[in-house]
Amino acid sequence: MNESLHALSGAYVVDAVDEHEREAFEQHLVDCADCQAEVDSLREAAALMADHAATEPPADLRAAVLAGVATIRPLPPEVVRPSAPAPPSRSAEVVQLRPRRAAFTRMLVAAAAVAAVATGAVWQPWHDNTSSSNLTAADRVLTAADARSVSIGFEDGSSAQVVRSVKLHRAVLVTRGMASPPRGKAFELWLRDASGAMSPAGLMTTGGDHKFLLQGDAGRATQVGITVEPAGGSSQPTTKPIAMLDLTRGSA
Amino acid sequence: MTPPRSGSSGSPLGEPEGSSPRFPAAAGAGVVPEQAGLTGLAELSGLSGLLALSARGDETAFAQLYDETSARAYGLAVRVVRNPSLAEEVTQEAFLEIWRTASRYDPARGSALSWLLTIVHRKAVDRVRSVEASTRRDTNYQRTNHAVEHDSTAEAAQASMEARRVRAALDSLTEVQRQALELAYFKGYTHSEVATMLDLPLGTAKTRIRDGLIRLRDTLGVG
Repeated sequence: MNESLHALSGAYVVDAVDEHEREAFEQHLVDCADCQAEVDSLREAAALMADHAATEPPADLRAAVLAGVATIRPLPPEVVRPSAPAPPSRSAEVVQLRPRRAAFTRMLVAAAAVAAVATGAVWQPWHDNTSSSNLTAADRVLTAADARSVSIGFEDGSSAQVVRSVKLHRAVLVTRGMASPPRGKAFELWLRDASGAMSPAGLMTTGGDHKFLLQGDAGRATQVGITVEPAGGSSQPTTKPIAMLDLTRGSA
Repeated sequence: MTPPRSGSSGSPLGEPEGSSPRFPAAAGAGVVPEQAGLTGLAELSGLSGLLALSARGDETAFAQLYDETSARAYGLAVRVVRNPSLAEEVTQEAFLEIWRTASRYDPARGSALSWLLTIVHRKAVDRVRSVEASTRRDTNYQRTNHAVEHDSTAEAAQASMEARRVRAALDSLTEVQRQALELAYFKGYTHSEVATMLDLPLGTAKTRIRDGLIRLRDTLGVG
């Protein structure tokens, strides 16, 4: 057990870690059942602290939440495939705060499981991109022999790059210095196919530098789009894309 | 108004007829056979049961879940982000996330409440840090609006025995454990920031936070 990482469990539970520490600790969690158990139990203690702060929300928040809910489809349960079962301790996939590495590995093993892949990244998926082996799912795409990339620069100096592996059916968005989405909004990613249909490929709720594994089968996509959507995401773009990246023009 | 949740109600999943769509992808995958699903739900109670129903698209169950948890969720968001309108946004985002990802909750790993509050807290902290660049807190607003000052939350907390028990448990921590934990949990500071604020050697605040949480857990007999 890595002592210095282990000591981070409490800080991790109360979100008192920076992005790098969070990523390192989540990677550690995959292989450290002790830490996972400790995190689970400390979360219970932290939750009790919130009791102390209970405050009635404004009445109109309820209507806003329920109106939002009516437009969002809940994720289907994670599919555990008999051919590649997850280890028992990993099958839970509970808390989406938990890294989804095991799931991604499983999905990569069962590469045809497009439906399962679509259920993948939810919660800040850029923290979830790592696989339990050395290569993260995103890195597998980035280092795939058939990887092709296309980039776009924005006026504020930030940039976005999409790398796609047709063989792996996956694409990764790499952002550098992205601005945060406006309040109450998120960046939603889209896979556009040759017919022009756009399918949701994930939500980014913060700016900065990310490696974001797109949800869905990117094997046949022709373009990747980014739009600004309400925080919970939309099933179809509701705003003009801030970027469309043409995958057919990708270079090695 | 709340329909019965048992399998004996007219709608087997407790879904109001026609108000929420069926999800063929989930059903088609054969992951949760109808029978097993019912058994599972019957065993679940309270918030876990409401989450399980929400995962199936039951908006009525979700509304009930909201009613039972929104004060804690919103109160936590207010404590962290301070600005009530920001807190409202954070709470809304968190509940939409909870609805969307309800199927990911696993009762074996912990209580529904802690799962849900973990999402709220993460959203609140992310929000605080993303607006940090300009001003850490919306201090102007705070100066002119005392609606969320400590007193009112403390007052609300008085009502709850559980809150008193938690308060007592917090008071049983060492001063530095309690301060480190509160700065992290209620104010959204990182352990490195906490170390600086409390004038601790870098790297020791995380230990204080962990020790504090462990003691809290053991005192309160949770986890």
